[in-house]
Amino acid sequence: MSDGASRAGLLVDVLRRAGARGATAADGFLIDEQHFSASVRLGQVDTVKHSREQRLSLRVFAGRASAAASTSDLSRESLERVVDEATALARVTAEDPHAGLPDPDQLVTSVPDLELEDPDGNELEPEAKIELARQAEAAALETDPRMTNSEGAEYWDRRARYVYATSHGFAQGYATSSFGLSVSPVASDNGVMQRDYWYSAARHRSALEAPAAIGRTAARRALRRLNARKVKTTEVPVIFDPDTAASLVRSVAGAASGPSLYRRASFLLDRLGKRIAAPAVTIVDDGTIPRALGSRPFDGEGLATGRTVLVGEGNLQTYLLDSYSARKLGLTSTHHAARDGSGVGVSTTNLMLLPGTSTPEALIASVKNGFYVTELIGFGVNGVTGDYSRGAAGLWIENGQLTYPVEEVTVAGNLLEMLAAIEGIGNDLVLRDRTVAPTLLIGRMVVAGN
Amino acid sequence: MNDLVRTQPERFFADRFNVTPGLMERLLGGSLVGRVDDADIYLEYRVNEELVLEENVVKKASRHVSQGAGVRAQADTRTGYAHTDEISLGNLEEAARQARAIADRAGTSGTLAVAGRGRPHDLYTLVEPPIVTALERKLDLLRRVDTAARAADPRVKQVIASLSTEEVVVLLATASGWTVGDVRPLTRLNVTVIAEDNGKREIGSWGGGGRVPFDFFLEEERWTRFAAEAARQAILKLRAVEAPAGTMTVVLGPGWPGILLHEAIGHGLEGDFNRKGVSAFAGRLGQKVASELVTVVDDGTIPNRRGSLNVDDEGTPTGRTVLIENGVLTGYMQDRLNARLMKMAPTGNGRRESYAHPPMPRMTNTFMLAGQDDPEEIIRSVPNGLYAVVFGGGQVDITSGKFVFSASEAYLIEDGRVTAPVKGATLIGNGPDALTRVSRVGHDLKLDEGVGTCGKDGQSVPVGVGLPTIRIDGMTVGGTQV
Repeated sequence: MSDGASRAGLLVDVLRRAGARGATAADGFLIDEQHFSASVRLGQVDTVKHSREQRLSLRVFAGRASAAASTSDLSRESLERVVDEATALARVTAEDPHAGLPDPDQLVTSVPDLELEDPDGNELEPEAKIELARQAEAAALETDPRMTNSEGAEYWDRRARYVYATSHGFAQGYATSSFGLSVSPVASDNGVMQRDYWYSAARHRSALEAPAAIGRTAARRALRRLNARKVKTTEVPVIFDPDTAASLVRSVAGAASGPSLYRRASFLLDRLGKRIAAPAVTIVDDGTIPRALGSRPFDGEGLATGRTVLVGEGNLQTYLLDSYSARKLGLTSTHHAARDGSGVGVSTTNLMLLPGTSTPEALIASVKNGFYVTELIGFGVNGVTGDYSRGAAGLWIENGQLTYPVEEVTVAGNLLEMLAAIEGIGNDLVLRDRTVAPTLLIGRMVVAGN
Repeated sequence: MNDLVRTQPERFFADRFNVTPGLMERLLGGSLVGRVDDADIYLEYRVNEELVLEENVVKKASRHVSQGAGVRAQADTRTGYAHTDEISLGNLEEAARQARAIADRAGTSGTLAVAGRGRPHDLYTLVEPPIVTALERKLDLLRRVDTAARAADPRVKQVIASLSTEEVVVLLATASGWTVGDVRPLTRLNVTVIAEDNGKREIGSWGGGGRVPFDFFLEEERWTRFAAEAARQAILKLRAVEAPAGTMTVVLGPGWPGILLHEAIGHGLEGDFNRKGVSAFAGRLGQKVASELVTVVDDGTIPNRRGSLNVDDEGTPTGRTVLIENGVLTGYMQDRLNARLMKMAPTGNGRRESYAHPPMPRMTNTFMLAGQDDPEEIIRSVPNGLYAVVFGGGQVDITSGKFVFSASEAYLIEDGRVTAPVKGATLIGNGPDALTRVSRVGHDLKLDEGVGTCGKDGQSVPVGVGLPTIRIDGMTVGGTQV
């Protein structure tokens, strides 16, 4: 991988050329990455992938008009073409009074070391990486005689270097690594199969869960789904396990993001400072946690990341904004700009619904008749109204105990009503991914089945 | 890119990167033959343009170029895949070395798979591909769409009109000496509308496209219809009532509700899941899996459709695969790897998102053939139920067979009549038995407008679906009205 200084130099040259072509301002992101993955199925190597990628993305302004372009071809000829195309595009787009770079004096002056790169992460040979996947799958298949098949296990790692520069002369970068191990085993009983999965992901390889532990968890999850049935349509308390609860938090963040708001396409419109959830609910986004998967030293516009309380004791305390959506809404950026292939958007960093004091067992024990959700499928969330209807699988709760598995049902409600109806929050928060939540108990939802 | 290059991917990659079919064959021959069962090199050059108009202002104008090569070597069930975004001899050699490393692990059959040598189709040669159409014309269309959507109703408060256009040039060489190229245009116009009334807000969207020229949107006033439809959806939802919850008779309208097929049976009939025995349909060829009224095909050969391809991403010409014939499971969709391992023929369904991904069995355009029934009569045959005509996305659990798809426009059926619109609701069913409950099939087969994108294992590819009006006796509707 090329070193950071020469990459920053390349990017600065590109921005200079944009200036020479008539751009009044410009910024750019350059990403270099290397990726490896190996999957194993039934003990045999299935697919091994190697890759190197690079991508330069550029945003140019012609006064208050802007355009974006990107390329994976960093040859001189290609870069010149990209600059020319972006500046030409900017000329045909209309003026937008809210367009523009952040104020130069707002940009980070130094890049904090968040330990996002594992210095020892690259030591394993491919054979050893394959072995990790093999161990995870073997542990899953050895758990129980009903573990009969597998979609495989996968080890992956990724190293990336990011450089951000602006035409004001800012140029900073950082490097990251990430590692993951996952397994998707299949259990069967009476000729009916159930698949589930488990995974671990981390910035430092030593923080990955042990392969055997991942395999055993995956097997346990698949086994508990065997002989699942449908239930009668009913309205009951619903408990979301930490993984499914995290998806609710993602929906809240999506509705709180600047672009959804200025488009008036959010159920959180006009709710800033107002109660949107039960008082026990606090949701925090923190991009500064060392070694965490969602951390980054600065956002996609060079602004320092921090700790943002999105929802504090049930009140919506802020929106999540980049410079553009902030100006558009008459607010200031919350430093949540993200660069993707097609320009600048908004994304969260490490997003967490903070834990409560109940154990998950106590939450389950508090429910006489209800549904414990372990999987959600489909896209039935309307971000404009908060209307919610998704496919679900899990376990039925009877008299405070998890009983038989349930499938082919839906859970439905409205996100605002669901957030207000959070009656219990588990103490089981683990920062194992970018968005996390503890177990959540929602007082009432409609479960549709027979 | 000039016109000559458009029709000649070989020349394009030779001129731009000095990579010729001869060189690709030498790379595969020199490094891979004798130690693998199959190998190929895939070169890709992609230009993508995104134009977004919001509040009648161009909010996004972007152009992205990506290029790269993927080298694959396969031995038995193993696949080695390496890709690079710098197409150069050195990088290709390195990628071939990495891909081969996996194949070297164990003995192989020593015979190379023979790729299909059928002629590629010619489904989307365009006089003016949409990527070259002048920006001014495109922006002008988006402005007119915005105006039309706002004019549709005073309650329309926001309009987002977008046009995505791409052109992908591919060149593929297999170890068996087969070289084939393709130039793939694709465009899509989308309209999203936010309507507000008395503090209530709703969203509606509509769109379409395909492997078609820009003028496709102007023909038959398509753009006006897209704008009007998006506005109508949003306005309609403002007065939608709670959707019912529970199991009931469901009538699906024609066209895009064909996503039912994509989720309920399509993924479950992809070769990889069946070869591995993890699909709910594994081992069920020849068995009855649907009502005898049901015949479902996957057809990648329909001219200008979003899901169509002249050849798949392994060089196999696409085909028309009958998946279910009169209720009986008759075929799987195959790429070369899974076809070889299952001793079946490749069906032209080996697809990949880009050079950065190895191919997998994927759908193209999946639809149910028309039946005999009058659509109006199908609705009249239902005493009480749900009539669903527009859907958002869907998802399936291949192994358990449980699938969902979410209705965004649906109505109650009461006493055989379509009545109140209901709020969006997810429908859930079980793939192997959902189609056994199909009791009526209309004569009104329609393909969707050309907006579908399918995701599998992190890879997205454009697809199409289609359906006549059908009646399903007993599906679970995930509303809130108990």
